[in-house]
Formats: sequence, structure tokens, C-alpha cells
Amino acid sequence: MSTGSGAPVIRVDDLSIHLQTGEPVVEGVTFDVAAGEIVGLVGESGSGKTTTALSLLGYTRPGVVVRGGTVEVGGESVLHRDGRALRNLRGKTVSYVPQDPGGALNPSMRVGAAILDVLRAHRAGARSDESVRSALERVELGSDPGFAHRYPHQLSGGQQQRVTIAMACVCDPPVAVLDEPTTGLDVLTQDRILAELRRLRDEDGMAMVYVTHDLAVVAQMADRIVVMYAGRIVENGPADEVIERPRHPYTRGLVEAIPDFRHPRALRGIAGVSVGVGDWPDGCAFAPRCAHQQLRCHEALPELEETVPGHHVRCTRWMELDLHESGRGGGRERRAAATEAPLLDVAGLEARYRSQRSGRPAVDTVSFAVPPGRCVALVGESGSGKTTIGRCIAGLHVPAAGTISFDGLPIAGAARKRPLEVRRRIQIVFQNPFESLNPRQRVRSAIVRPLRVLRKLSRAEADREVGELLERVKLPARLGDRFPVELSGGERQRVAIARALAARPDLLICDEVTSALDVSVQAAVLELLQELQRDLHLSMLFITHNLGVVACVADTVLVMDQGSLCETGPVADVLATPTHEYTRRLLAAAPCLPDAAL
Amino acid sequence: MRARFRFLRTGSGAIGASIVTFVVLVAIFGPYVAPHDPTAPVGLPLSGPSSHALLGTDFLGRDVLSRVLYGGRSVIGFALAATLLAYAVGLTIGLVAGYTRSLVDPVLMRAVDVMLAFPPLLFLLVLIAGAGTGIAVLVVGVAAIQAPGISRIVRTATLEVSTRGYVEAGIARGERAFAVIGREVLPNILAPVLVDAGLRFTYSILIIASVNFLGLGLQPPNSDWALMISENRTYIQLNAWSVLVPAAMIGMLTIGINLTGDAIARSLGRSYVPRTMRSVAG
Repeated sequence: MSTGSGAPVIRVDDLSIHLQTGEPVVEGVTFDVAAGEIVGLVGESGSGKTTTALSLLGYTRPGVVVRGGTVEVGGESVLHRDGRALRNLRGKTVSYVPQDPGGALNPSMRVGAAILDVLRAHRAGARSDESVRSALERVELGSDPGFAHRYPHQLSGGQQQRVTIAMACVCDPPVAVLDEPTTGLDVLTQDRILAELRRLRDEDGMAMVYVTHDLAVVAQMADRIVVMYAGRIVENGPADEVIERPRHPYTRGLVEAIPDFRHPRALRGIAGVSVGVGDWPDGCAFAPRCAHQQLRCHEALPELEETVPGHHVRCTRWMELDLHESGRGGGRERRAAATEAPLLDVAGLEARYRSQRSGRPAVDTVSFAVPPGRCVALVGESGSGKTTIGRCIAGLHVPAAGTISFDGLPIAGAARKRPLEVRRRIQIVFQNPFESLNPRQRVRSAIVRPLRVLRKLSRAEADREVGELLERVKLPARLGDRFPVELSGGERQRVAIARALAARPDLLICDEVTSALDVSVQAAVLELLQELQRDLHLSMLFITHNLGVVACVADTVLVMDQGSLCETGPVADVLATPTHEYTRRLLAAAPCLPDAAL
Repeated sequence: MRARFRFLRTGSGAIGASIVTFVVLVAIFGPYVAPHDPTAPVGLPLSGPSSHALLGTDFLGRDVLSRVLYGGRSVIGFALAATLLAYAVGLTIGLVAGYTRSLVDPVLMRAVDVMLAFPPLLFLLVLIAGAGTGIAVLVVGVAAIQAPGISRIVRTATLEVSTRGYVEAGIARGERAFAVIGREVLPNILAPVLVDAGLRFTYSILIIASVNFLGLGLQPPNSDWALMISENRTYIQLNAWSVLVPAAMIGMLTIGINLTGDAIARSLGRSYVPRTMRSVAG
């Protein structure tokens, strides 16, 4: 990758952003971005990365104020400017690509009109049709002349994101801020968007600040990586340096948390919980979670020191620590093929949505088996029907045809029609941790419910078991009295797992359980699921689009494409020697770390 | 303060609740403190305020103050009854339609569309023309006007909540629809429903007042705020209090209920949002 040269187009110096109530959100952040350079701004939720990125547009969220420092973009200061000056700046000098394109595009505006809107704000009397066409061509949406007349809801997620990129580029700004632009897109689409962005950088020399929590993505994209933790930069250096030879234990933790399908290994989440705004400790903010902490780490805030030219790290012990050698998880043991009778047997399953009476069903004659104590992964893009299969097995979607046999006996389609024992033994954990718990109930009542309904425990017995279950998922028992809003995403997902475990299930359906979580949190949740599977002899149906996760948790993999299975087999075989074209494309698109990092 | 009274801490919640409390107290205890019989003449018709009749007398010489003190029960009582009845019907239809998402939904909703197509006041007048004037007719009629709109709102909120993980977890546990709706769905659609309930109640008051004003609801010589406005409006230059005071009572009640409803909904809504910016970790 070419590194940028010449004067920096972005210069952030000693930037401090606080809540209006005084707690710091971002403190003493300093970095430069050269023309044509892609800088990855990496950190967990709450690390201040998005706040920093938004300040490049002269924007702070309500309730947040810039307390000190300067931000210069293209030689001009962007802080403390009035509305008019900011409007001139945004779009022309620095543009923004949002995380959720569906929410960012005006649903009542055609694509062409939306792009034109940006253009007209900065260039009066621009040649409209011409400019819109060329903007769409730049993001490879130019082939269909009618495209500009479509509405956002007529586009796929990937197309929507490319439209927002076209809007960001239409005025040729020297700088673009990208806020997790591929989060929520499946791997194939993500791969296309990333290629698009790289091309824009190469052709137009646009500098980019790429905000993400996923190091595997920036490893492919960025020239330089800035790692933030608790509002401060903890490491800043050339991308390959940071990924391959991280100097900060936190960066190392982030690298180790990335599941990689080529090198399946036991994942390790970073211990503990990321510190929230207002809870920053004295000394190094990461120290309480750090495996290498010493007394002095807690005493004074480490300075950002230069290790080699261009590589800075904020750790008092960077010289003594050799993080690259420290405790690499070994590869997973491969379990022998199952010989026992399958626990779950799905034969000729066909499922349709109500709106879809005719045509191709969402799930088309799918057959597979889950042996006892094993983990079967179901992989595919969004819309491939994988979630629908999970819902059929859980009794939430009545199949149109086919049989689902559990422990040798065929079971009814609707949960209500299944015997209590079957309902107890099959449990499901849902994708979105923010919607899977009732916001009006305490954690305790969420867990008590299955105990009462499915295991017929008395109120007192159920109450006693809540504490045990919370401990099982590594949450303190006092969390039982909290409401879901008081929990983080990872904690909520653990509660959802505890709710499923409360029934003492034999089969656990995990529907994209980690896709809404940060990479480091995902590692911790996967670690937990593996442990539970081993200790409780659980069978799992693991639905995901992340092949790295599959390699880490599953024994067998089923690849789905447009409603049917296109490839099945032991994980190691399928990932090493894929036979189906679609599997190959998925593997090629999956973001990976360079080999040197592993 | 308990969480459910948190709305009182907001400005609009405190003001709204005080207004409503005042008007309701007047309606409930007014008859006990009224200085005169509301139906008996106490002086010359349409005389101004005096020490004998603090707000003067109406067109038949009855004491305006006493009539105001007596006249709240009917308005508030009928509106409350009509709104509760409307909710019993509308909430049931909305929950069933939204939760089952089966054939019941389109059937119920098309029926609701038909109801919504009638101009409400006209519907009520036709009903009264057919069934006669009477309190029961009035209450049922107003409930019938309100129920379709309620079911619409409840259905939309239910549809959204029904796809959430906690609802599906309940379904997968094989719980009865009644239990899932009561535990998982209903508490989570309360915020929009409560705002709506406030608006519905005020609308019920206004429509009952309109019908009373037209002389098709409560009949004279009953004392009723709306009836008072209707009776005395032609003599407003002679004793303005006989119109202004009952009008102010109805106005205060509507405004107060709306302020309170908004404040409650906002305080309920807040529990969906984290109190502090918490990190997604752990």
C-alpha cells in the first residue's frame, strides 16, 4: 500500500472533548493524516473513536463540547466555526460516510436527487445529469441509466452504502471520514465496498479516516492505525507494524480476539469490561484489564512514547514486554466424526414467508443433522435463509414442508404444539442483544421465566438458581436486579444465554449471537459458548456469516446460498479445500490478518 | 420518588397533574360545598356577581357557582366511561390483530377502516336519532367512535414489539398468547398508548360536550358544564361568567390531561435509553 506524502491534510492536536457535565470523552488526542493516506481509528465502543472522527467535521454530539486542542482539515481550523462556515466545509473539504446507510439516506429522495443536493450546496449551476452519472460511475453504479431515479428502499444495503460514498465523493473533498461503513453488511458486500474505497484513494488521492472496532478490516485498508482506549490514543503506527508487532497489551488483545478461518485457535477475549465515560481510573486506563499490570501502571498515566520512528505507544512497560510471544492460543482439537445417532435431524425442510406464496421458497429442501455434543455452523449471506432455518427448529416459523426430528421423533412445527420436554430441550439465543430482553423486566425475571414455565420450579427454587446461572455465564449475581438498559451489549447477550441455559437445553440455537458485538466482546462470548458446550455437552446450531467464527467454534459447516445448502462438511476440510464456487467467494472475501500477525 | 411518579418531576408533568387534580377535585367535592341548589332560582336572571351569588346567576336565575360545582361529574364521568369502554374494545382488537399477524389482522383492520370512514359527530347524531337520547347511548356512541383509532395505534405498536427476541423467546417456550401479550408485549407498548389515552380522553370530553351543547345529550335542568355554555351563550354580554367559567373548566381539563399524558410517556420512554453512555463490552 502506498503511504501518503507531503503536508498532512488533517492535523489533530491535543484534542480534548468533554461531556457538558465535565467528564472527559476524548483527551489529548494528536494525530496527522497525509494526503492519500488511510488511517484506521480503532477501539471498542465507548473508546471515543467516533467522537474524535466526528470532530473532523466540526461536529460534536449534543451534550458534548470541545474543551481544548485544534483540528485542522485542509489547513483550516474546523472547531468553533459558525453554521455557514461549517456547511461550506462539510462535503467540500471533508465528507462523511455513515454506519447505517439505510437510516442516512432520505427515503423520500431519489438517489440522483440526493447526490445533486450535495453538489448544489457547494457548486451553484453544476451540470446536474452529468455530475450525478459520473458520481455513480465512480462507485460502479453507473451501468444502469435508471439507477439515479430509484429510491433508497429499492436498493440493497451494499448499494445504499455505495450511494452514500458517491455523495461523499461528489465534490472531490480531499478528506473523507468513514464511520464503520461496512458494519452490518455481509462479507461479500463488505469486500466490494472496501475495494471501492481503496480505488477511490488510489485514483483521487483522497485521505480517509476509517473508524472501526474490527482490526481485520483495517489491516486490509489502512496505511496507519490509531488505537484508542478510554478516550486516549494508546498506540499509533504503520498498519503492518501495529498488527504484526503490537506494542500495547490492548492492541495485542484486539489482535488475538479476531477469529481467523485460516488459523483456527482458541479465541481469547480481553478480560474485564471496557471503562465507561466518567469511570476512567488514575494511571493507565487499561491497567485493570491488563495481564501485564504492575503497581506503577496504576499510579501515573503513561506518556505516548516513540518506539521506532513513526510508531507510538502509551505503555510504561513497552520496552520490557514481548507481546508477540505471549500466550498464543493453540489450534482447536479436531473431534472425530460423530457416530452416535443425531440429536436433531432436518429432512427436506422448506419454508416460505407469508408474503411469498409462490416462487422460490426462503428455504428450499434443506437436510442436515446435528450430532449430540457437536457444533454445526450454518453460514451464508443475509437473505440466504439461515435464520429462517433456526426459527423453524425453535418452533417460531412453521415449515411449508419437510420434517424436523428431535432425538429420533418428528416434532410439530409450532412451539405451542410441541410437548413441554421438547420445548425445554431446544433453546434459542437471538441476534440483537438490544432487543432480546424485555426492557421492562429485571434480568432476574427474564431468567426466572423459563425456570418456572419449562422446568416447573417453585418461585423460591427458581430464585435460587438465577444466581448460579448468572455465574455460569460469568456475570456477577447482583446483575439480577438490573434492568437491561443498565447492561452493555455483551452483558445482555450473556443474560440471553443464561435465559436459554435456564431450561437445561440439549440443543442451543445461536442466531448470529455475536454479530452486533465488538470484536473483543465477541471473542469473550464465543469463549463462553465453547466452554458451555464442552461442560454441558450441548449440541449447537451456530448461525453466522463470519467464517472466522465458524473456524473457531464449529465441527461441521453448512454453507447456504439462496435458500439451499451448497456445501457441507467438516470445518477444516471445507475451509481448506472448498469445492463450491460460492464457498470460495466467501472465503476470498473474509477479512484476515496478515500471516505475520499470527 | 417511585419510578412511576417520575413524570411529576418534569415541569409539564407537575403543571398538568395539578390542573387535572384541581378540576377533578372540583367535580368530585363541588356538590358538597355548593352554596345553593343548582336547579333552584336564587335571584333575578342574569344578574352580575354579588355576595349572594359569587359568579352571578344564569338565564333562569340559578346560581352559576353552584352549577359549576355540580356540573363537572357528568362531563368527566361520561368521558371516562366512554374512553375506558373504547380502550377495552380497541386494545383487544389491536393486540389480537398485531400479535397474531394471521388472517384476523386484515379482517379486523378492514372493519376498522369502515368505522374510521364515518364522520364521528355525524355517526353519533345518527345513533342518537335512532336510539334516542340517553347516557348509555352517548357513552357507547363515543366509545364506538374512539375504538377503531385505538386499535390502529395498538396494532402498529404491537407489530413492532412482536418481532423482538423477548416475545419470540416466550413463544418458543410455548406460553399461551395471553401470557406473552400480558408479560412481554403490553408493558412495552404502554408509552404510545398512554399518550394516546390522554388525547382520547380529551377528545371524549369535547365530543360529549358538543353533543350536550347541541342539546342531544344530557337534558336540562341537569347542571353540566357543556350544557351551561349552551344555555347561556346568547346572554354572554349580560353575565359572561355563566359561559366563561364552565368553558374554562373544560379547557383546563383538556390541557391538563394532555400535559400529564405527554410527561408520563416521556418518563416511560426514558427507561429505554441508557442513563449513562455505557460501553458495549463485557
